[in-house]
Amino acid sequence: MIPELGYISLTIALGLSILLCIYPLWGAYTNNLRLMRAAPALAIGQCVFVFLSYAALVYASLTDDFTLVYIASNSSSSLPWYYKITSTWGGHEGAMLLWVVMQAGWTALVSISSKSLPWPLRARVLGVLGFLGVGFMLYTLLMSSPFESLLPYYPIEGRDLNPLLQDPGMIIHPPLLYMGYVGLSVTFSFAIAALLTGKLDNTWAKWSRPWTVSAWLFLTLGIALGSWWAYSELGWGGWWFWDPVENASLMPWLIATALIHSLAATEKRGVFKSWTVLLAIAGFSFSLLGTFIVRSGVLVSVHAFATDPGRGMFILGFLGIVVGGSLALYALRASAVSSVGRYRLFSREVALWFNNILLCVATLIVLLGTLLPLVHKELGMGSISIGEPFFNEMFSYLLVPFAFALGVAPLLRWKQNKFNALKNKLAIIAVISLTITVSWLYSSYDSVKTITFLAVLLAVWITVSTLFDIVEKATKQASILIGFKQFTNSYWAMVTGHFGFACVIMSVALTSAYSVERDVRMHPGEQITLNEYEYHFDGIKEIVGANYTGHAAVVSIHKEGEKVSELHAEKRLYNVGMQFMTEAAIDASLGRDLYVALGEKLNDGAWALRIYHKPYIRWMWLGGLIMAFAGLLILFDKRYRGASKALQKQDEKNIVSQPIASGEASS
Amino acid sequence: MNPRRKKRMMALLAVVFGLGTAVGLVLYALEGNINLFYTPTELVEGKGPEKQKPFVGQKLRIGGMVVPGSVKRDQDSLLVEFKLRDTGPTVKVIYKGILPDLFREGQGIVAQGNLIAPNTIEAFEVLAKHDEKYMPPEVAEAMKGIKHEKPVYNNVKGDS
Repeated sequence: MIPELGYISLTIALGLSILLCIYPLWGAYTNNLRLMRAAPALAIGQCVFVFLSYAALVYASLTDDFTLVYIASNSSSSLPWYYKITSTWGGHEGAMLLWVVMQAGWTALVSISSKSLPWPLRARVLGVLGFLGVGFMLYTLLMSSPFESLLPYYPIEGRDLNPLLQDPGMIIHPPLLYMGYVGLSVTFSFAIAALLTGKLDNTWAKWSRPWTVSAWLFLTLGIALGSWWAYSELGWGGWWFWDPVENASLMPWLIATALIHSLAATEKRGVFKSWTVLLAIAGFSFSLLGTFIVRSGVLVSVHAFATDPGRGMFILGFLGIVVGGSLALYALRASAVSSVGRYRLFSREVALWFNNILLCVATLIVLLGTLLPLVHKELGMGSISIGEPFFNEMFSYLLVPFAFALGVAPLLRWKQNKFNALKNKLAIIAVISLTITVSWLYSSYDSVKTITFLAVLLAVWITVSTLFDIVEKATKQASILIGFKQFTNSYWAMVTGHFGFACVIMSVALTSAYSVERDVRMHPGEQITLNEYEYHFDGIKEIVGANYTGHAAVVSIHKEGEKVSELHAEKRLYNVGMQFMTEAAIDASLGRDLYVALGEKLNDGAWALRIYHKPYIRWMWLGGLIMAFAGLLILFDKRYRGASKALQKQDEKNIVSQPIASGEASS
Repeated sequence: MNPRRKKRMMALLAVVFGLGTAVGLVLYALEGNINLFYTPTELVEGKGPEKQKPFVGQKLRIGGMVVPGSVKRDQDSLLVEFKLRDTGPTVKVIYKGILPDLFREGQGIVAQGNLIAPNTIEAFEVLAKHDEKYMPPEVAEAMKGIKHEKPVYNNVKGDS
């Protein structure tokens, strides 16, 4: 009963989103205010019905309604209640419904907070969002409904949630990523609406920026969390595999990063306008492409999603319409847009330009590496795989100019700069960075590879130059405290974001270079030494969980005679699916992670154990968090709140001075 | 040339130069990092219409089913060897390390490594997908219509 209601709600929501797609766009086209004014109500109605539909699925999962194919395949009665809730997005169909929920949520949010926008723009933004909603809802209803029933014959027990997904990190990882993917659709809609309206001004950039930043923030968190989850859950201590599914999330992130930088330039200086629009289109297109890659199964990935060529074709068709349509519109309209700002070669504009080019090149490289195997196979040239070394190599090449420019850019002024004025500053920063890097690396490690040295140097370079900039700008005021207060949130966001990025580079460089990984065969009672830490294998004990049984290896770790930690590395066997899972045990700290995972049981009582020492790995995810925090700072910038209030007042005046009821009023 | 044109010219040149460098580096990096996929039959008898065989020392990927009873472990280390096959001859894989959770006899796996003898691979990575139904797609294709030792797993629709 309840699941049927869920299905009906979703159908009603589809109806509303079709109206949302047609009414406001038609209204904006014919300048009919009454039609345009229907948009917010439709957006909110659509959101309510989608949420009802999702609530029905959650209810079905909580009450173990195995008459549904989806629940029977992704849940079981022995699953703890919180995993029953998360199982609603653990499988393909539910995940797509969650996607729809978020799409509807973002649309409703835009409709609520866009009151200060002029009606034609507001109606078009919501109309485009409505169109995207139609696409995803049709997909969910036609190709992957989670409400498909097994009646009259249904199993008494479900197949359980994939044990890999039974982890707190996994509870929030997919929703965060979807928030990011879908969030980019708002930026996309703003860009399309602006192209339709034919007005691409600074106000547009100002409006787009907080939405883009919030989508970026969610993507950043989602990717960082995914990496952390892979590290702690997959049991082999890797944190990034250049797997197609990971690449699918990295591409929109890279584009979104480029976009927030070019939006800053558009907003403050009125430059790069048409480029920014193109990036906004590209950002969402890459989200869709990612969905296609993940859901269609065209690429082999470690992520075992249910795949189906029919679904892939649907998404590919939708992708074609969205990308083709928006690029055609872009080609027609963008030529009319000209950027007014002028700037010299040595200016912040050019630095941002450089940033954008490198980020786009990075995106193209990921795209190439991800799709080449597919193209190769389709051309009949046999299956190939492109190894991690390719991506690692390419990204190291890109990192050097990128990080170098990142250190210089904040010191540059808009419009133009004299090189001489900067020369001394850069020299000082270079000397300080070099000193810090040399004394740090050579005092801690016996041998330092060039690439590691360079990467750490660049991370330090970014940090030092950022600090230098803060101090220099702050000391221009009467006191440093006053100086600090004059900085805007945007400035703090830039500083924080760059610092977070430096943390990530540092961590990646040091972890890659100085991790010690040992796979060993051990009998209980034996011990080995790794980087001053003694790992003593105390023994194996049996464990019994809610829906699994297994073994845990007890490993106590000593350093210089003192006990540091006792780790319990588990190997679980999940009852329902009879699947084995490795649950690694980690002793984490900012300086190093001690990582123990239990392998298989060998003959004569020995066990295989993975014992890893991973220096500075925490800084990778910490850096991700810091970057996300930077995004949060932008969202709380007074400029956006102040600006929207000012616009709102202006708009209210307009409305008062205009006859609203006439139906043909133009605004 | 007026300054605006000149600036555009500079920008264009920079883009062209950047793209050129990027393409060059990409091709260079790709050359060493493309790993061809072989099934055991292809490895032994040659791949494609020209029956191209890999050369000893080549880095490659191989996918097949683990032949039941072929897994041999070393007594003192984590060295393990096993045989892979699809429809024809078998190929030996040597690996030192911990096998993935889902590795078992009769299961489809993918290994990545170097060919050290015409039909022996020293793997540095062994992958078994986290899904019992998984079989490398290339292997599935090669084994179409042939009975194999894949573990039988009924999905829910089949149970009902």
